[in-house]
Amino acid sequence: MADPAIAIVGAGPAGIRAAEALSRHGLSAILVDEAPKGGGQIYRQPPDSFQGPASSRYGFEARKASALHLTIKRLATAIDYRPSTLAWNVCNGRLDTLCAGRGESVVFDILVIATGAMDRMLPLPGWTLPGVYALGGAQIALKYQGCAIGQNTVFLGTGPLLYLVAYQYAKAGAKIEAVLDVNPAHAKRRALFALASSPRTLAKGIYYRASLGTHGIAVEEGVTPMGIAGTDEVRDVHYRRGSVDKSVRCDAVGLGFGLKSETQDGESTVSGVYLAGDGAGIGGADAAELWGERVGLSIAARCGRRHDASRIAKIDRRLARLARFRAGLERAFPLPLLGSTLPDDTILCRCESIRVGQVKDAIRAFDVVEMNRMKAISRVGMGRCQGRMCGHAAAELLAAETRQDLAAVGRLRGQPPIKPLPMPWPGTP
Amino acid sequence: MTGHAVTERLRVDVAIVGGGIAGCSAALHLRRRGLSVCLMEKGALGSQASGVNFGGVRQQGRHFAELPLARRSREVWGRLPELIGTDCEFVPSGHLKLARNEEDLAALERYAADAAEFGLELEMMGRKRVHDEHRWLGENVIGGSLAADDGHANPRLLTPAFGRAARAVGADLREFTPVVETERDGARFRVRCATGLEVSATSLVNTAGAWGGEIAAAFDEPVPIETIAPNMLVTEPLPSFITRAVGVCGGDVYLRQVARGNVVFGGGDGWADSSLERSRPSSETSARAIERALGLVPALQSALVIRSWSGIEGGMPDDIPVIGFSSTTPNLIHAFGFSGHGFQLGPVIGIIIDELVGTGASTSPLGAFDIGRFHGAADLRHVSAANPEQEGAKR
Ligand SMILES: Cc1cc2nc3c(=O)[nH]c(=O)nc-3n(C[C@H](O)[C@H](O)[C@H](O)COP(=O)(O)OP(=O)(O)OC[C@H]3O[C@@H](n4cnc5c(N)ncnc54)[C@H](O)[C@@H]3O)c2cc1C
Ligand SMILES: Cc1cc2nc3c(=O)[nH]c(=O)nc-3n(C[C@H](O)[C@H](O)[C@H](O)COP(=O)(O)OP(=O)(O)OC[C@H]3O[C@@H](n4cnc5c(N)ncnc54)[C@H](O)[C@@H]3O)c2cc1C
Repeated sequence: MADPAIAIVGAGPAGIRAAEALSRHGLSAILVDEAPKGGGQIYRQPPDSFQGPASSRYGFEARKASALHLTIKRLATAIDYRPSTLAWNVCNGRLDTLCAGRGESVVFDILVIATGAMDRMLPLPGWTLPGVYALGGAQIALKYQGCAIGQNTVFLGTGPLLYLVAYQYAKAGAKIEAVLDVNPAHAKRRALFALASSPRTLAKGIYYRASLGTHGIAVEEGVTPMGIAGTDEVRDVHYRRGSVDKSVRCDAVGLGFGLKSETQDGESTVSGVYLAGDGAGIGGADAAELWGERVGLSIAARCGRRHDASRIAKIDRRLARLARFRAGLERAFPLPLLGSTLPDDTILCRCESIRVGQVKDAIRAFDVVEMNRMKAISRVGMGRCQGRMCGHAAAELLAAETRQDLAAVGRLRGQPPIKPLPMPWPGTP
Repeated sequence: MTGHAVTERLRVDVAIVGGGIAGCSAALHLRRRGLSVCLMEKGALGSQASGVNFGGVRQQGRHFAELPLARRSREVWGRLPELIGTDCEFVPSGHLKLARNEEDLAALERYAADAAEFGLELEMMGRKRVHDEHRWLGENVIGGSLAADDGHANPRLLTPAFGRAARAVGADLREFTPVVETERDGARFRVRCATGLEVSATSLVNTAGAWGGEIAAAFDEPVPIETIAPNMLVTEPLPSFITRAVGVCGGDVYLRQVARGNVVFGGGDGWADSSLERSRPSSETSARAIERALGLVPALQSALVIRSWSGIEGGMPDDIPVIGFSSTTPNLIHAFGFSGHGFQLGPVIGIIIDELVGTGASTSPLGAFDIGRFHGAADLRHVSAANPEQEGAKR
């Protein structure tokens, strides 16, 4: 039996380790990633013209970053690695890709989706003002372009990334006006036990948090964000702490509420399609590497290669430990329920400029109980991001308006192209 | 014989299977007549063809058998606000059908002459005039014909709005209620649903769209229905400039610009499987439709396509629907298989079904749509009505 054609989307920690495990077992794969260089979100490589020591860019993670970059370099000759290549559609065993304006269809028997995570955004009054960036965008500006998002920055939201990005900004010498976490300190204390399952990672988190204090940066926990104010650009952030209304002046806001998988389902139910890494469930970079390797080993076994039982067992144990850590993070940084409390004039869907009040009207006018119906009637999620940005808040709003569980309102169906493509389209053979 | 325990029983005058535009408009009119109505829809109202179509509200180019119905439906489109409380974003922009070669232009002229007999006025335009009045058209257009009162509307609103209006007058519309069995029960019909609902009805209406053949077959009148899946795309919002709904001879591309600025266009087929209830757009078809759209409207060059999709529609071999009484079973009425062009007709289909149930006959000529045409039942009127220029599944 001929070896199956294997395609991997995403050359981050998960995709690279999957490709490597396959290659170790004599299996080749086509690895596509829209980025010009491998490494993924966390170990993103800067352009060649922009070199500096990895230690300054990746901090504690420099060693892992270098190891991964080395792996992709080595693999590049052994497998079919296609950087700068966007996968924009998958249907019936075929992946449609676009590279430098040229279209190509990759036929596969097995597909690994390792497309990573994106910032989870929650709409707030003023979140569409110029000067508001996703935390990830703020981090990319620093890592990839070497610049900060503003002169006086506020970081607002929750999650480990909030502290990490603030730390990275502080370290780079940027001025931070405040770090505002919507989750209270006691949530983190309660989660300590679970977090201690990954002591090294916990120590890093504590270090980031503490060094913000050393840099004299105000960290406020347990805040309720009221909105971002300004006319043409960000002027200040309003929030409430306890019963006190406060505001802080700034010219840029890094906003983020944790991460969200780029794929909507945690698990593939389609035979021959595997999910790995943060794209399948947020686990962090170390988990992504392990998960990728695990998927590579599963595929190798399926193709009749030697079954590496002890390595598989070891990975599964480490993944289980990381899952406990992850559960701790979720307790420390739960996603706030904001979608249901937003004022009616807040823009919910930024692609289509649809306000909270309009969505509520649509829900009532047509007795909407499900997300895709809500999209059909109100156009929320019909724009260029297909709901990646607003989907969560929209679901919260619908659940609250109809008194249903969040899970019961369903999820938005995506359609190709997953990212907008200019006309004409590349001819697909 | 099915494994579903009956948990709820209803007794009504009319049971309707399928909550697309045909079924929902029927529910409204039947209920307004004073009949009790239960409509069963396996998904959400208008979640199949009726909710995902191109949104063309077009009389021009139709099979002549359909024209009297389309004329009558157009009148209903004009009074949707009174009927269902919203205009469904219906814009009577005019529908411009374009010729890209001399033969096409001649065909348009012949069609216009014949359509006039049905009261449909079409205005012929030569190269100069069509370009003078539509400066955004590409060079390959050599002329066209304009149906001034055709236009386009938002398909995502039409069926839910009919459903809402039907409920407001007391029709019982059940969503997420798949019908698993329909059968004769003495002088009545028995309809069983996967949810445990069992409906007993005097009349049964089959508006099951692409699945309408299954119900016809259950009453011993199978039809050669196929699944068709028109392929659709939409761009990001652009400044408004495409002033008409546009189609071409041959039907390989059609487009319209909505008020928000997005250009919706289609042409060719995607993929669908009605048994799986799944449809997908096709990348190749999309690429070709894009090329043709660029030929027609060059200013679309570089516009971003943000989404593509398809839908599941029932197509008949002669490209016109089945509408009318069953040939095997009294009080069974079919209206399905609209072959890619039932959105415009939808509002009048409910009126026709209501006439059939309420009075036993419609004021619209239905002979060509008789289900008997597939069973050698000798009613071949549709053959003489056939029109060589009509484009079947092309909108
Ligand atoms: C903004 C941000 C900052 C983060 N910072 C940290 C951190 O500091 N520490 C930490 O432990 N974790 C961090 N994470 C989480 C981190 O991204 C992951 O733990 C890790 O990178 C996951 O690896 P992965 O391989 O699953 O995905 P990724 O590293 O995200 O790799 C996915 C790859 O897929 C590619 N891709 C996605 N879609 C397509 C497509 N359609 N076509 C082609 N290519 C595609 C992307 O270009 C990317 O290279 C961060 C995440 C985000 C979003
Ligand atoms: C992509 C696309 C583009 C189109 N463009 C146009 C256009 O521009 N102009 C135009 O005039 N027409 C157009 N059409 C055609 C038009 O959409 C259809 O002809 C019309 O919507 C048909 O309405 P319907 O009610 O018969 O079918 P549907 O809307 O399909 O409704 C039938 C309903 O029956 C339900 N059903 C089936 N079986 C069962 C069962 N056993 N139990 C319960 N429920 C059941 C289905 O779930 C479905 O909702 C297009 C169609 C498609 C797919």
